[in-house]
Amino acid sequence: MSFVTANLPALQVAVPLIAAPICALLVRGRYAWVFTTIVAWLTFAISLALMGEVLDKGSVSYSMGGWEPPWGIEYHIDALSALLLVLISGMAAIITPAARHAIGVEVTERARRLFFTVALLALTGMLGIVATGDAFNLYVFLEISSLASYALIAMGNSRRATTAAFHYLILGTIGATFILIGVGLIYSATGTLNMADMAGRLRAVGVTPTVEAAFAFIIIGAAIKFALFPVHFWMPNAYTYAPSLVSAFFGATATKVGAYILIRFIFTVFGEHFAFGEMHLSWVLIPVAIAGAFVASLVACWQDDLKRMLAFSSVAQVGYIGLGIGLGNQDGVVAAVVHVFNHGLMKGALFLVMACVILRLGSADMASFRGLGKRMPVVMAAFVIAGLSMIGVPLTVGFISKWYLVVGALQEGLWPVAALVLISSLIAAVYIWRVVEVAYFKEPDDDAPVKATPPLLLIPTLALAVLCIVFGVATDFTVNVALLATTTLGIAP
Amino acid sequence: METITFLIEHANYWAAVVLLMIGLYILTTRGNLIKKVVGLNIFQSAVFLLYISMGYVDGGSAPIVKEGIEVYSNPLPHVLILTAIVVGVATSSLALALIVRIREAYGTIEEDEIIELDQP
Repeated sequence: MSFVTANLPALQVAVPLIAAPICALLVRGRYAWVFTTIVAWLTFAISLALMGEVLDKGSVSYSMGGWEPPWGIEYHIDALSALLLVLISGMAAIITPAARHAIGVEVTERARRLFFTVALLALTGMLGIVATGDAFNLYVFLEISSLASYALIAMGNSRRATTAAFHYLILGTIGATFILIGVGLIYSATGTLNMADMAGRLRAVGVTPTVEAAFAFIIIGAAIKFALFPVHFWMPNAYTYAPSLVSAFFGATATKVGAYILIRFIFTVFGEHFAFGEMHLSWVLIPVAIAGAFVASLVACWQDDLKRMLAFSSVAQVGYIGLGIGLGNQDGVVAAVVHVFNHGLMKGALFLVMACVILRLGSADMASFRGLGKRMPVVMAAFVIAGLSMIGVPLTVGFISKWYLVVGALQEGLWPVAALVLISSLIAAVYIWRVVEVAYFKEPDDDAPVKATPPLLLIPTLALAVLCIVFGVATDFTVNVALLATTTLGIAP
Repeated sequence: METITFLIEHANYWAAVVLLMIGLYILTTRGNLIKKVVGLNIFQSAVFLLYISMGYVDGGSAPIVKEGIEVYSNPLPHVLILTAIVVGVATSSLALALIVRIREAYGTIEEDEIIELDQP
């Protein structure tokens, strides 16, 4: 037992990594599904144990293979990493049981075990990015998760899934290569790859053109992965044509990893003073984030394919996270971190609703939603709860993040920004209301009773919707962890 | 004169910058998907060169321990870039596999024709 507790950071990444090739050897799709579910819950348990350790004793440092940092690769789990680990592995644990039925209509029996294999690799990559304390290791894990996600998106049953995956591959590789250039430039300036060590040495190097170029490359590279407006072009198609469960998992986690990379490099590696004092990052991030929230919300109002609507709404929500980071003060970053977690919950729930509807009615078009309030009342209730969170109604998780965002903006004296956040939330109300109106006040085209949603799919959907309310009422956990994260990141209150 | 020495002394960086731009240019202007993959490879190769030339130490020899040699080049960037090359190969092969599937589904690998075929 002590072996396990002493090696938790390594196991967090190694368990899904080792499970992936084993999964490829399992003969039938059903076995692969059971195996993946067990592995996902195991990683979730490990992440909870790590979270407990971080809250108990502070940041955990682990030297891979016994090589002391900064020479060896260090795994460094602080409050921010621990929260992301819980989010990613928790989403995997909640969503994989639903795969039993949901991928039935979208992925062929022959491809199923490979589907789960690639999903485990994507999970490994994302957990690795968050767990590692080594900048080059972060790049490698970023590519592992990206390559796996291109393959998963291409498994959608429309032919447009392949072109969406190809475009994502091109843009994703440009983004990851930019991060690679940035890491190389920092290495040439400091001679280290360990992020904590980098931070100290960069202070000594001061502001040189090399460091400025490294900063620019890393911010743009991470912004592409983060799908921040206006470099979000890969996302709407990728999430629309991917299998619904893949959209649910990536919608809840993939862009969040991009947010993590941004926060980690801005605050841990380069430091608040360099990023905001010298490079004036606020002047870039705040306008871009607000424009993204507005443009993407407006575009979402005109979509008839609801998966595409949710993808555009993700671009808008990424804008709020970017705004929180761009404010650069404690409340802003707390808002960003809390919203990373909260948006994961609601987007996961909404995409799972799409999976339920596609399973029973064949498509997630506006037309299939006509009269859905009567035909699939429970599923539609989950949509309403998660939709209210998206708008930011009190007692839901969305309210908490918007609250901190507005407080953060007002603290900087940026009251127009605070007003714009509230106005853009009203646009979210418009696109959510469109669906609610069609579902509850329009008569269905076809009155045939819909078969009940299988419990394995319904329970995860409802669980995420309920969590949207639970974490909206009991905010202690998320807010305290986010506050702890900002203190470890060195942001002054 | 000073400018010329500056240009020559940083020749490796200029090479990387030029290759990086050629790669990006191909990616944005060519509609043929295979050519896009070639552009992506050139783009990544530029970064490989940047890393490899970065590891060179003035007057240093190859990093193999031998008597009588005091200064060695830094081998770490070379090792790092080996990993990045592997990632590049994986990316190219996945991209080519996707192109095969696109060709099966659309019958073409020209981007403008694909966009036209997707119009309702």
